[in-house]
Formats: sequence, structure tokens, C-alpha cells
Amino acid sequence: MLKRKDLLGLYEVSAEEITEILDTAEEMKRALNGGNKSFDVLKGKTLVTLFYENSTRTRTSFELAGKYLGAYEVNISASSSSVQKGESLIDTGKTLQALKADFIAMRHPMGGAPYLLARTVGCSILNGGDGMNEHPTQALLDMLTMRETFGSLKGLKIAILGDIKHSRVAKSNLFGLTKMGAEVWVYAPKTLIPKGFDELGAHIASSREECVEGASGVMGLRIQLERQSGGLFPSLSEYSRYYGVNDGVLKYAAPNAIVLHPGPVNRGVELTPQLIDGEKSRIEDQVTSGLAVRMAALKLLSEYREVNNL
Amino acid sequence: MKTLIYGGELVLPTGVVKADLLIDGEKIVRIARDIPSFPDYNLIDASGKTVMAGIIDMHVHFREPGYEGKEDIESGSRAAVAGGVTQVCCMPNTDPVCDNAVVVRYIKSRAEEVNLCKINPIGAITRGEKGEALADIGKMAKAGAVALSDDGRSVMNSQIMRLGMEYASGFNLKCLCHCEDVNLVDGGVVNEGKNSTLTGLKGSIRAAEDIMIARDIALAESLGVPVHICHVSTYSGVDIIRSAKKRGVAVTAETCPHYFILTDDAITDFDTFTKVNPPVREEVDRLAVIEGLKDGTLDCIVTDHAPHSKKDKEVEYNLAAFGMSGIETSFALSYTYLVKSGIMSLPQLSKLMSANPAAVLSLDGGELAEGMPADITIADLNEKYVIDGEKFLSKGKNTPFNGYEVYGKICCTIVDGEVKYRA
Repeated sequence: MLKRKDLLGLYEVSAEEITEILDTAEEMKRALNGGNKSFDVLKGKTLVTLFYENSTRTRTSFELAGKYLGAYEVNISASSSSVQKGESLIDTGKTLQALKADFIAMRHPMGGAPYLLARTVGCSILNGGDGMNEHPTQALLDMLTMRETFGSLKGLKIAILGDIKHSRVAKSNLFGLTKMGAEVWVYAPKTLIPKGFDELGAHIASSREECVEGASGVMGLRIQLERQSGGLFPSLSEYSRYYGVNDGVLKYAAPNAIVLHPGPVNRGVELTPQLIDGEKSRIEDQVTSGLAVRMAALKLLSEYREVNNL
Repeated sequence: MKTLIYGGELVLPTGVVKADLLIDGEKIVRIARDIPSFPDYNLIDASGKTVMAGIIDMHVHFREPGYEGKEDIESGSRAAVAGGVTQVCCMPNTDPVCDNAVVVRYIKSRAEEVNLCKINPIGAITRGEKGEALADIGKMAKAGAVALSDDGRSVMNSQIMRLGMEYASGFNLKCLCHCEDVNLVDGGVVNEGKNSTLTGLKGSIRAAEDIMIARDIALAESLGVPVHICHVSTYSGVDIIRSAKKRGVAVTAETCPHYFILTDDAITDFDTFTKVNPPVREEVDRLAVIEGLKDGTLDCIVTDHAPHSKKDKEVEYNLAAFGMSGIETSFALSYTYLVKSGIMSLPQLSKLMSANPAAVLSLDGGELAEGMPADITIADLNEKYVIDGEKFLSKGKNTPFNGYEVYGKICCTIVDGEVKYRA
């Protein structure tokens, strides 16, 4: 059981809770891989996905997680522009609560939005990514994939390369992995490293090679094209030449290293196509881990709700 | 009509003395021990209390005309006198913007109707605060504007700023500079640092403020005109001002209680009441601001009182309005964190909150002395209370200081010899 109504970020979640989610997810994944997609854990409960940003994989993953667990399921797409128009998030949340939603899986372009909703309504909020803040289920699925490969996260070195500054994935992974005893190294153009990332526990590498050297997990993060037009780096070709991960870079990693990416990948930018489709890649398996982690989170939050009569 | 304030401790520039104070009409006429009273005197017993010059808050937003849902001149004035403030200067970012004589006169006439604290309008430097063309500076000066500011934004075009400062000096008006390079701020809502990274909220770098402080000082120095820097929040900005003062540049500067009390640790739970521009920064900045107040680099404590309605603040942090409702707590917070904590003396604080603002803008009052206007604040320095924004008289309940225990309760506020507030 989790010690909280909501899953907002890994910053505030303890190592014990993370372990519990991963253990539960591992069971779920085993069942899923065994062909079982029918659980009644959330029977009679309602999951709403409320996405203010486009998403295919996270949203589908939450949706199927709810369905496989037996929940009623509603999807609401609100465009980012409706946020700007001042449609109140609080009003939307209260409406969903009045419609008897139990869980809201939410994505929002602004950091802290799920925290605002969680304070306002009694529904359990699952953060599916808020601005540049956190994306806890993504980090949990990365951790699940790594734990399955290496047995434990403790003592592992994980290298993350890409747009660290705008990445909620990098942040949630940093918080989660360091709590589990792993070391997180990052490398990116200086304009894409956020201030104080080292104070939060990350090691900031001074070269690609240093970042990847001895790493068990090598994660690329998506570079969004608008970052280039915003002048944060000169061109995609320069990015891939100096900051991308290719076979030559990966040679520095641990022999049994795996390659991860939260997707969608810009082929040939963050990672070379050979790596994406190569034997070290776990990118597809990450998707199944994501489903399992979200099912686990829903199950554990549901148990919290039961015990606390929510 | 004479009023005798007796039995209190008077805060004079030279120190705190036990003395009585006699008001005749709108003026202080006598300060002495044991002033005899007569039956027709109005008596105010200040035993055990502290009597100070009325607080002058030269940077407030009373929102009228145009944003009366956030505050109006009446609610703002009630809040002011409850905070011991006898005189304010209102920033021009109203709707319409105070960029012409009509709005200046409107504000002054509303102030007269409300008749609580003294209200001085500040005119915009540029028309509509758009930073493009000069506002009706001369006409506003003649109508009673006491200074100019495009507060809320910088005049980004340095040539326009130069012309504004230069032209305004012909009417003896100072520009009060909100310092923020908007290209560098680039949508930042909090200080750029560990906590912006932690929260994923977009950060604004110190340099965005420092560059404009340095620019406006450079303009003032080149032109030989005075300039005033608003709400200084960075350690480096304090240093820029300090070194300019050493060179003899006619620069004055202000800061606010939130910059010497809070750091950006306050933002980490996404409480929108902590969202303010410039943002609260780090401990090194907080300590430098205190040092600046101590050594005279920073001349004034103001509130940047920025009341907002619930709907402006009960939203996502990025969408929330900037600003804090501060006028009712500025004295108690400043007293608690600067005097009670032993950083400075009460006369020093009084100078920062009254005499210096008066001097910066050539306003009446600011000191307890015979012949001065009877603008007086009486406080109980020993009475402790807990700040609760919901109890504010201001329409803006948006304080980040809810739950703070402070000393220095305002007991009585007198403006031009009339009691305008009594606790």
C-alpha cells in the first residue's frame, strides 16, 4: 500500500514505496506476458484520463491499465490552448469528482498542475507528466526495466543524455534512481542542463564518454525541434554529432548495458537507428513495463483509498 | 482641535525616547516630556506603546481604476491604515493606465473622497506602459503625479528610457525603475536555480534584473539625473547599486519584506501566493538585501502591495498572477525580522519605512518633529500575533506569510491629525 492518495512525483515518494510499486508491477507484467489481461482490482471504479497535452503512448497505457484492471474508463482531451483560455482546472476537477471519478490520470503542460488538482479534489491523481516537473510512471517503468535486467538498482550507474533541462523524465528518474541507490549521470549541451541539477543529486559529466563509462543503463531523451529554433543548440546534425549516442559511445558502457528511451525517438538524433533496433535496446519492453507500472500504481492507490474510506 | 499622545515611547531619528506629542490641527506642534493636558484636548494614551512617524509605502497597487475586483482605493486605504501606513504612492498599471492627467486627477479625487491615507499617483513613463512613446509626463506632473514608472515591466528600449528620464527631470520627476530584461526572463516565473529545477517551474536568472539595474544606473549617470530602483531582489543588484552610490550617482533603491524574509524554498509546494516579480531568490540574496538595508545601499522598505482575487491565484503556478498583498503586514514583518532579531535599531527601521521614502520623492512627513504633518503610527511592539491573510481588510488575501508569528501590532494610525485607524 502506498502512503498517499496521489502519485504526483518521485521526489516525495520513499524508496520503500518505490520498491512496492516495482514489486507489484513485476507481478502484473508477469501476468500480462502470460496472456492475462483481465483483473477485477478496479471493478466498479472509474478512471478518467485528462490530458492537456498530446500523448499516444502514456495515455493509451493509462487507458489500457484501467481497462485491464476492470475500471470504467473515460478519456478527456483538453487542448493546451484551453488552459490558456482560463478554463479553470479546479472547476474541471470538481466536475469530474461530482461525476464520481475515483482516479484521474493527468498530463498538463504546466509544472504543479496535478498538485493543484490533488489539493482540490478527493480523487486520486496520477501524474502523467506536468510541464518540466515530473513524470513518475515513466521513471518507474524505466526502473522496472532496469531492475528486471540487473536484479537490483543499487550501485548501478545510469547515463541520461539529451534535453535534461526540459525533461520531466530525467527529473523523475533522478529522484527515483538515487533513492534506490543508483548513480545518475547526465550529459547534454550546456544550454540543456538545468541549474542546480547537481545539487539535486545528479553527476554532470564533462563528456559523452565520461557520462556513459561503465553505465548499465544508457537513456536517450527526446530532443524537441522547437529547442533548436529557440536557439538552445545550433542544429540537429551538430547535436547528434556531439551529443547523440552511437555504437562508438556505447562501447564505454558496461558490457551488459541496456539502451532506453521514453519515446518517441528521433532516429539518428538522440540514438542511432542501429542502437534503437539493436540487441541492447529495451525500448519496446519499456512500453510493457509502463503498462505494468501504471496498473500497479492504480492498484496500490486503490488499496489506499479503501483503507482510508475514500 | 488639539490631540495629545501621552505616555508612549517616541521613535525619533536620534533614538527612542519617552515623551508626549501634541498635535494642533494637521501638524505636530510639540514633542516634550509631560506635556500638560487641557480639558478640550483629545487624548490618546500610548502607555506601553511605540509612537512612530507614519509609514510611507511608496510602491503599492491599489488597482483603481479598472481592477476593482482585486482592490480599490477604499479597500486599499483601509488596509493601509490598518498596516500603520499613512501615505502611499500608487503604481500606474491600472485600466486605463495612469498615463495622463485625467487618471491622475481621478485617483486624487477618489483619495479625497475616501479620506483615509494620503495617496500619491505615480504616472507611467510611456503611453499605456507599452515602452514605445512617452506618456503625458508634464501634464501628469502638473496634475499631481509624484514620480514615473512603467512598473510591472521595464522600458526595454534604452533610447525611450533615456528620453523618459531626461524629459521627466525637467518636471523634477524621478523614474522608478522596474528592472527586468524581458528577453532574458523569457517566461520565467521563479528564480532560476536549484528550486526552479526541482519544481520544473521556469526560472528567471539574476542577470535579467541586474542588467536593467545597471542600464538604468548607467543612463542616470550619463544624463546626470536621479533614478530610483524598485524592489531589488538580487545580491548582485545590491552590489551594482552600492558601487554606483560610491561613485556619487544619484541612485536610490527599495526592497520589500519578502526579499529579506523569504527564499525560493517557499515555492517548492507550488503555492501561488509565493509568485512575485521579481521572484524571491536564494539565501545569498536575502542576506545581501539585509546588508544593503543596513549599510544604506537600499534606502526604503516598500511592499509592492499587489492584491489579487482568488481566481487570479487559485490556478496553475504558471497562470497565477504575480504579486503579494503586503501592506497590512509590512511593519510587523520588518520589525520582527529586522529589529527584534537584532539586525537594526527601531529608528533605523523607521527611517527606511518613513523618512527615506519621503526624501526620495520629496513628500511631506516621514519624521516625528515639530512642524511636521501629524502622520503618526502607534504600535505595540510586544504584542505577538499570527498572520492570517483571510482577515486582511485588503481585497487581496494573497500573502505568503500565513501562519507567521510576528510582533508589532498596529494600534492606531493618524493622518493629518485625524485618527484613521484604531485596533
